[in-house]
Amino acid sequence: MTPLVRLTAIAAPLMRENIDTDAIIPSREMKTVSKTGLADGLFAGWRYSEIDSRTPDPVFILNQPPYDRANVLISGANFGCGSSREHAVWALAEYGFRAVVAPSFSPIFEGNCIRNGVAPIILPLPAVERIAAIVATRPHITIDLETQTVRAGDEEWRFSLGNEPRQMLMQGLDAIELTLQRRPEIATFRAMDSERRPWAYLSGQHGPSA
Amino acid sequence: MSDSAPPPPRTLAEKIWWDHRIAEMDGGTTLVLIDRILLHERTGGVALKSLSAANRSVMVPDQVFATMDHIVDTFPGRTDKTLMPTGTAFLIATREAAHEHGITLFDLGDPRQGIVHVTSPEQGIVLPGVTLVCPDSHTCTQGAFGALAWGIGSTEAEHALATMTLRIARPLDMRITIDGVLPSGVTAKDLALHIVGRLGSGGAKGHIVEFAGSAVRALDMEARMTLCNLATELAAFGAVVAPDQITFAYLQGRTYAPSGAGWDVALGYWQTLNSDPGAAFAAEHHIDAADVAPMVTWGTSPQHAAPIGAPVPRFDELGVRDSQDSYDRALDYMALAPGGDLTALPIDAAFIGSCTNSRLSDLRRAAAILRGRKVAPGVRAICVPGSTEVKRQAEAEGLDIVFREAGFEWREAGCSMCFFAGGESFGAQERVISSTNRNFESRQGPGTRTHLASPETVAASAIAGHIADPRRLEPIQ
Ligand code: SF4
Repeated sequence: MTPLVRLTAIAAPLMRENIDTDAIIPSREMKTVSKTGLADGLFAGWRYSEIDSRTPDPVFILNQPPYDRANVLISGANFGCGSSREHAVWALAEYGFRAVVAPSFSPIFEGNCIRNGVAPIILPLPAVERIAAIVATRPHITIDLETQTVRAGDEEWRFSLGNEPRQMLMQGLDAIELTLQRRPEIATFRAMDSERRPWAYLSGQHGPSA
Repeated sequence: MSDSAPPPPRTLAEKIWWDHRIAEMDGGTTLVLIDRILLHERTGGVALKSLSAANRSVMVPDQVFATMDHIVDTFPGRTDKTLMPTGTAFLIATREAAHEHGITLFDLGDPRQGIVHVTSPEQGIVLPGVTLVCPDSHTCTQGAFGALAWGIGSTEAEHALATMTLRIARPLDMRITIDGVLPSGVTAKDLALHIVGRLGSGGAKGHIVEFAGSAVRALDMEARMTLCNLATELAAFGAVVAPDQITFAYLQGRTYAPSGAGWDVALGYWQTLNSDPGAAFAAEHHIDAADVAPMVTWGTSPQHAAPIGAPVPRFDELGVRDSQDSYDRALDYMALAPGGDLTALPIDAAFIGSCTNSRLSDLRRAAAILRGRKVAPGVRAICVPGSTEVKRQAEAEGLDIVFREAGFEWREAGCSMCFFAGGESFGAQERVISSTNRNFESRQGPGTRTHLASPETVAASAIAGHIADPRRLEPIQ
């Protein structure tokens, strides 16, 4: 994953609440057994006036310059609710989004963002609304994970992201690699636990195989 | 971890959490042991392929199970062909990856095949006190057994497969106590919609919801699963019901449940799985079961639920706050007017199925309404059993004949039209009464208008040709 430390980019305001994963990537757009090839289907239901011919709907913000080159999305509360499909984040990331700024995220979606190099940035609703208003005339904003700030126009807001999520985003780290370094600790725990809860272990020997 | 558990009183979720806690990480997450990983063809194949591509292996294949449910065809005589143009590739990829990694697969033609949240309990894969994850947002269904069961993303699934752990922040505890007795004709689905309507679609965000109280104790396992299924519509992390005799009786003798001396050891542990008196919850809600009526949704979120027969609420009457904009959007999408009468609306289709309401007891109750009656002309009615095992049992009781004679299609097991997989759909602007769990825009197909309800209400509405209260059915002539 590409590390994300500081980003100055065009931010597109899409101020609706409860944008669910079905809206972000309609299930019929998820055609391949892969994490790629999804950008074209991002927001397909809103982005195209005719889905089959891919006719852009000029009303939709991502079809209007300069927001057609946006790398940040500004949105309403509970962004990413609905099904746990990770395709929603994959589609956003493949399209080029590196951050979403919203008053709140669905928990599963928020975790998926971090694992896929997209920063989920939570700011209070008035701040998000203010940013949306600013980018209507001055579309560039700056997001800094080092200082945990968002800058739009001449104003600045602080957000806070957990230390681990922040490090993962900033270093482009893979959590599996981090956890596998703890293999011995996991094996010891499983050995102890399989005495306590033998019935939970389905391996032939009823023992840990870690 | 070597440090000792916090002293009582502890919540049920806290007990399970503590016994799975391997280490505390930086940044407020905990490395948690995972006991069961479930996969399905929609995301399972992707996760396994991606794991192989990174040269990683599945740490404990014996504790991983896969099924075909999301995009498999549900027409009788089905094959690997799917209505979704590229669906076959998902089936094949999942099959190949499951074989490659040594994972048990409930494939097409296997008597154990079905919707992941239906087959796992049937096979005794979910047990009280386990941690169980699946890349599916309705995994909370399985918390009905007193397990910590939650939905994850594909990358987390890879993490769990490769390490048998996940890094997560400790969710908060919420208890929803439901005392009293549900009125006759009112089901767990109505109770669940009542709760989502009251607390709102973000009402339990980040919490593990423990459903407690005499009305919950009185529910059988299938009804408890229906109740827990809708916890994700409250944005809950998971749901849990303390295991009891009903739970143990359901599990005894199931394939992957412990047996013999192992059963007694397990039972001893399971009997400690309840919230101690005085345990602290971050939030508590109380509901009187007597207040619950058959429910139906009017909008495009499960929180848009109202007692059947009530008018479409006006904006200022909404118990849960939507913005004016989202309220207007919902009514516009559903082609409804404030104050309008839902029961007067003709329906185009009726659907009984999904991990919410497709188990044997659901089909029995719907069949009791359909017996001797006919679906109204012009209504397309479909029943999709939740698993091949449910289908077999239903057929052994002759329920398939009741459904067919009433005018329902009788399908093979799967998720089917619970969600639009890119193939089969009810059609734009068609109004569907559905026993499923989501009424989002285009959930059941582009432009489809979904009203969520219990299987009884779906059956009664199919007969009436409009949304109908199952308690008010005309006697059979
Ligand atoms: S039945 Fe519906 S909600 Fe349940 S797992 Fe399948 S698609 Fe998801």
